Amino acid sequence: MSGPAKHVSSGTLQNSFDRRSAMLGAVQGGVGMLLAVRMTYLSVFENDRYKTLAESNRVNLTLIPPRRGWVLDRNGAPLASNRADFRVDLIPDRLVDADRTIATLGQLLQLTAIELRDLKDKLDKASGFQPVEVATGLDDERYAAVSVRLPDLPGVVPQRGFSRFYPTGPSVGHLIGYVGAASAEEYERERNPLLITPGFKIGKDGLEKQYDTTLRGVPGARRVEVTAGGKVVRDLDMREDVPGHPIKLTINGPLQDYAARRIGIESGAVVVMDCLTGDLLTMVSMPSFDPNSFSDGIGRIEWKMLSDDDHVPLRNKVLRGLFPPGSTVKPMVALAFLEAGLDPHETVNCSGGLRVGNRVFHCWNHGGHGTVDMAKGIYQSCDVYFYHFAQRIGMDKIAAMARRLGLGQEFPLPVAGQSYGTVPDPAWKKRKYGQDWAVFDTVNATIGQGYMLVNPLQQAVMAARIASGNALMPRLLFDLRAPAVKSLGISKEHLDLVHSAMNEVVNGRGTAGRAKLPIEGVQLSGKTGTAQVVGLNIGNGKGGQWKHRDHGHFICFAPFDQPRYACAVVVQHGGGSGAAYPIARDVMTYLFDPGKAMDVLTGMEAGWGGTPQQRMATRFRAYESKYGIHAPKPADDAGVEAAQARADAAGTPSEAVATAAASPPPEPIATESRVPAEVTAPVPAPSATP
Amino acid sequence: MSRSIVPEPIARLPWRVILPLTAMVLFGSTVLYSAAGGSLRPWAATHALRYFVFLGMALVIARVPRDLFKWIAFPLYDALIVLLLLVEALGFVGGGSQRWLNLGFMTLQPSELMKPGIVLVLARFYDALPPAMTQSWRSLLPAGALIGAPAALVMLQPDLGTALAITFGGVVVVFLAGLPLRWFVGAAAATAIAAPIAFFTLLHDYQRNRITVFMNPEGDPLGTGYHITQSKIAIGSGGIFGKGFGNGSQSHLDYLPESHTDFVFATMAEEWGLIGGLFVLIVFMLVFRWGLTVARRAPDRFSMLLATGMTTTIFFYMAINLMMVMGLAPVVGIPLPWMSHGGSSMLTNMICIGTIMAVERWSRRGGGLST
Repeated sequence: MSGPAKHVSSGTLQNSFDRRSAMLGAVQGGVGMLLAVRMTYLSVFENDRYKTLAESNRVNLTLIPPRRGWVLDRNGAPLASNRADFRVDLIPDRLVDADRTIATLGQLLQLTAIELRDLKDKLDKASGFQPVEVATGLDDERYAAVSVRLPDLPGVVPQRGFSRFYPTGPSVGHLIGYVGAASAEEYERERNPLLITPGFKIGKDGLEKQYDTTLRGVPGARRVEVTAGGKVVRDLDMREDVPGHPIKLTINGPLQDYAARRIGIESGAVVVMDCLTGDLLTMVSMPSFDPNSFSDGIGRIEWKMLSDDDHVPLRNKVLRGLFPPGSTVKPMVALAFLEAGLDPHETVNCSGGLRVGNRVFHCWNHGGHGTVDMAKGIYQSCDVYFYHFAQRIGMDKIAAMARRLGLGQEFPLPVAGQSYGTVPDPAWKKRKYGQDWAVFDTVNATIGQGYMLVNPLQQAVMAARIASGNALMPRLLFDLRAPAVKSLGISKEHLDLVHSAMNEVVNGRGTAGRAKLPIEGVQLSGKTGTAQVVGLNIGNGKGGQWKHRDHGHFICFAPFDQPRYACAVVVQHGGGSGAAYPIARDVMTYLFDPGKAMDVLTGMEAGWGGTPQQRMATRFRAYESKYGIHAPKPADDAGVEAAQARADAAGTPSEAVATAAASPPPEPIATESRVPAEVTAPVPAPSATP
Repeated sequence: MSRSIVPEPIARLPWRVILPLTAMVLFGSTVLYSAAGGSLRPWAATHALRYFVFLGMALVIARVPRDLFKWIAFPLYDALIVLLLLVEALGFVGGGSQRWLNLGFMTLQPSELMKPGIVLVLARFYDALPPAMTQSWRSLLPAGALIGAPAALVMLQPDLGTALAITFGGVVVVFLAGLPLRWFVGAAAATAIAAPIAFFTLLHDYQRNRITVFMNPEGDPLGTGYHITQSKIAIGSGGIFGKGFGNGSQSHLDYLPESHTDFVFATMAEEWGLIGGLFVLIVFMLVFRWGLTVARRAPDRFSMLLATGMTTTIFFYMAINLMMVMGLAPVVGIPLPWMSHGGSSMLTNMICIGTIMAVERWSRRGGGLST
């Protein structure tokens, strides 16, 4: 519309339009160039970076937890194996609505109120990246129920995997330990993504912890293509896991289980050692925990049960239980006497006590043993005989022999810690308390009281060394080659004498007649011990409060003439050696005739309410109905360790300086004892006073 | 050249734009075919179909006489304003934001139609305005009102992208109409000052968030920055030749959001690489060059403003979209013309193209001599 009147103005506008549209075209061209440059920059110069990013979007690397190496017994039977199972885990970071997801899972997996409560606790405690176990050992149906609901359940990881399985459960709890999901601290330490892979467990205690790197294996990996929503599109490739190496132990699995069950409702420990190689055939501490259920994470009911138990199931008494050994040290003391030149036929008259200066040291048998030589001193466990000659020989020689035989020693075993106790001597007392050795210290030590503290493993080593005369070292890892054993250098004559006296304990006029093996041609030799726990002013050691009762000990070996197996049994607060030697007898019987031993046990377990596992299950149900979800929260790893430390501390007698002679508690006498007078052994009077 | 072989009416069609556009749309359909996992449905087929339908419509528009354009400019604008108000009212009653009217047989998005509408009405306004008055404030105020009313209504919907497109298209026509340059410089300065204020007062939270994230997309890689980050990954990982047809993991595995609409360029670049990207840019360059050439040769002021305005409207779409997918602009919901799947944007763009074709037709007939 170009009117002639506005000719100039119109032309001006036309010029302006031309200029400005050219400018617009230039701007457009410029933007186009900018876009082309930008795109070149992104796709050419930044190509590598974005390629990597796209790949890491697309490909999801899933670690497959390696199958853990098996723990085998000496015959190749599994003590710890793996069981294929279905499991469900949660990854807290990926949860969208935690409460709703848990509620849905509870419904799908049929979890109880207690399990749900435990799950919530675990979730509260877990760091975001740590997988939290919801359930393991699921059947097909429940697993499938979760799998099909997966799109609605972000953060839930169901998988087929392997979980640790301990066929004999509590019997190997302390020995092998247990496994569990890595804690945040453990992850921080190692920074290994395997540790936060759902279903992966690391060793938390015992051998599982010691040999974790051996047992662990190499994880497999699965590369999958995933959508942004986390849905797996296809498998790209897969690398199988490399199972961990197995470890083979010297343990005899069935024997270990038998011993654990045979301890029954007592709190005790049994160690069986091979007298030729030092192989530990059995190392059991009861009561124990079930490593199977520990490996799933410790539930609140279970934790409450363990915390309430005064038999301290969390403590490995074999290695960390320290006990006054009582009279089980007497064969060792006798060997010290012999080596010091004492004539074994030299006698002392026991009238029920020995006056030293102005003090009277009682024999456990206040009626007295009459004329006592060394053999009778051992098989009748006469305290006066040892009081008398110990003063002549001196503590230093006795202590040296004790150490030679293994007391007070720490052994090179793959275990988390050994409490090695005390073999007292004058130098030790001076060092520790700054006081001089007193006569009553010698008196106490020769009957395994006072400062003398040992653990059951040391007692077994002592028994095996006395039996073999060799400096046997306990072994836990199986090795076909017999170790080179050195002689202890104790004369054959001395050993024969002590062996025969120990044989007399069981098969003759001794204190453990009922310990005789029901096996033709195999004779057991042993030595009883009863260790006082509290002064007689508090309790007599036999009845009354459980924790005031005497400890029962028994060390033994068999066969008498060709020692092959040595065994030590401790029954904490068992009321005396009478609680210990029947266990030793049956365990030793099992080595020669398992069927016969099993018959005995089956009858006993009927009275106890079943096997340890059955009893634990009964107790669990009782607790469940009693406490329900109101039981306190279970402890985490650190809490369990703390509880174990507490348990250890609680069981260790305080090392207060002794001011008096301990009063030897009476030895229980077998009914078939040939010495009728001792059946009515009176309870000793309160301790001698200085 | 080929007039002797090809019949005259066909030879006279504006092939200079139809051929590149058709190539790009077919390419777009290919990309949509891949984005759908190797399927014509739901996007590829409708995309091509719509193009050909709207191409027919554009050819019809191309035959509309200049006088009818001039005559209809204001009534059309008024009608669109009424429709925008209607959308606003319905949205208010329905209790939520709404951008379209359901006409029963189709949904109509008046804000889309307003993009060519504002260009048309402003071209008409400056065409009627005596040239002398362009230097006066009376040339600016009515134009401001014409732009401001629809922009404000669309902002209320809220649809920042379309409001900006309307404003941009309008301002370009005002600029080309020859108003004093210093006004634009002043306005630019005022905008520079007002933008931060508007940022904190006028924008919705989600809009503000988009701009914040644009400044620092890695700061929120799983939230709003996710779009930009994933889009850059798609484009960057394509490299020079791309990952190959159907091999784009970013789009196929859903990492790329809106892979068939706003972010279709990233989907394309992942599989076709820089080569594909340059092809798209070259096609756009050909289209814009054609549009600006038509404008320069246009017989009068109205046609010039109309053709330039329409070209710029399309350009604005392309520039904002590509800058967004390459991480040079905040995430604004603007599709890429002829590549993104979507009827409304195809309609708008084809109206623009049809209008430019019409201008080309008018100029071919010359100054009213050769009819």
